[in-house]
Amino acid sequence: MLRQSLRSVRSVAKAHGARAMSSYTLPPLPYELGALEPVVNTEIMTLHHGKHHATYVANLNAAMEKYAEAEAKKDVAAMIALQGAIKFNGGGHVNHSIFWTNLCAPKDVVAPAEASPELAKMIDAQWGSLDAFKTEFNTKTAAVQGSGWGWLGYDKAAKKLAIATCANQDPLSTTGLTPLLGIDVWEHAYYLQYKNVRPEYLKQVWQVVNWKNVAERFKAASA
Amino acid sequence: MVRAHLYMAVSLAVASSCAAFSSPTLAGLHVASHRGGAAHSLCMAAQKPALSRREAIQAASFLAGAAFFAPRESVAADGAFSLPKLPYAYDALEPHIDKMTMELHHDKHFNAYLTNLNKALEGKDAKSLLDIQKTAIKDGAMLRNNGGGFYNHGLFFNTLGPASESGAPSPALAKAIESSFGSMDKMKEEFNAAAAKRFGSGWAWLGVAPDGKLVITSTPNQDNPLMEGCDGAKMVPFLGLDVWEHAYYLKYQNRRPEYIAGFWNVVNWGKVSEYYETFAAKGVPVNWA
Repeated sequence: MLRQSLRSVRSVAKAHGARAMSSYTLPPLPYELGALEPVVNTEIMTLHHGKHHATYVANLNAAMEKYAEAEAKKDVAAMIALQGAIKFNGGGHVNHSIFWTNLCAPKDVVAPAEASPELAKMIDAQWGSLDAFKTEFNTKTAAVQGSGWGWLGYDKAAKKLAIATCANQDPLSTTGLTPLLGIDVWEHAYYLQYKNVRPEYLKQVWQVVNWKNVAERFKAASA
Repeated sequence: MVRAHLYMAVSLAVASSCAAFSSPTLAGLHVASHRGGAAHSLCMAAQKPALSRREAIQAASFLAGAAFFAPRESVAADGAFSLPKLPYAYDALEPHIDKMTMELHHDKHFNAYLTNLNKALEGKDAKSLLDIQKTAIKDGAMLRNNGGGFYNHGLFFNTLGPASESGAPSPALAKAIESSFGSMDKMKEEFNAAAAKRFGSGWAWLGVAPDGKLVITSTPNQDNPLMEGCDGAKMVPFLGLDVWEHAYYLKYQNRRPEYIAGFWNVVNWGKVSEYYETFAAKGVPVNWA
């Protein structure tokens, strides 16, 4: 009875050209395009948000629509064939949505200790100091081959922080960690400004890291 | 040693027929024979405008003879590879590939792969660049990324050239393209799709499959089809397109398909045909050095 009504809802929706499933949308930036100057310039932010992230959203929606059709037909082969596109574009959407909130204007940055004494304490306990943490994060993230991300994550099972890197748009969830802070090191994230010098981008980007947001995520993850 | 003498003989023969050669070039050729010959063919290419057609044919046949007797495989004699010069000016590929991209791509990215490759080989037995490709995936990240990166970019830069000198595939290559894809346009369509669909960093390749047919594939990061265990079709590549963002971002930003379309204007079909006929068609990896 329920299945029948669901099916009719879907077919009605399809007939009207609407998607029965929810669409994904590009979240607005929490600040102006130029807010992260001079660390990340306006041109990069415009392209990164308005083109790259927007494209992931569009491609995710297209893939999910095809997936819904395949599911309706019980076409498992088609569903499996779409998994790559969902991982790439869904991962891209998830990662960038976190990323924009992880950043803020330089003037709005507060130190980790101010944002969350608990988080700052854990960083000190695990790395000795904030600087030592940043050094390891930057070293590992600079070493990502090709495209990918550097992450500060939370290991819920071990109740510890961890630094991890992921390839392409693989979300941090694939490692079992909960994302707190991600830094995009796809070349599109920095090339127009920093060219090939990824380590310089990583050195500078800490000036726009929004520790308040990282602290919120940490609080939610460690609750 | 024999190889060095052959190079000297060749360079003397060419020098005598062309006033444009000066001793630095001779020295360059001599040094090149010890450093793997990487600069050799590039020096020749740089001299092209100064040679008359007759001299150019003469030079080519001398070189062909030398190549027959002395396979010019790039062996790191002292364990170190060297960075070949671009066979053209940095702005020669404008407007399709911009000058700054060529400067950064060659002087920074290509150079970094070279530096890291040499570092990875320190203290190890000398190995040819082609041998390095074979076991690169098994040998770990340093050799995979930098050995691959050095090979891929060396091949890439050699197969590009000014749009005015793009030319056309040789009869043999044209025939192979037609029989494998139906037409040049269909081949480009498939190649463009492979290049556009490669997610993240990587390369698209045109190469020869074990059965002699031309095939297209793409690989991630700095992998190439010469590497055992590589994703994608088994083949000997003779034309590749870099789709890492650094290859196109300054001019094209996120518009990779536009870059891919522009690339075809600056393919040096003469060089590509040579690589096809001399190497890939025979099932032999292209030795661009």
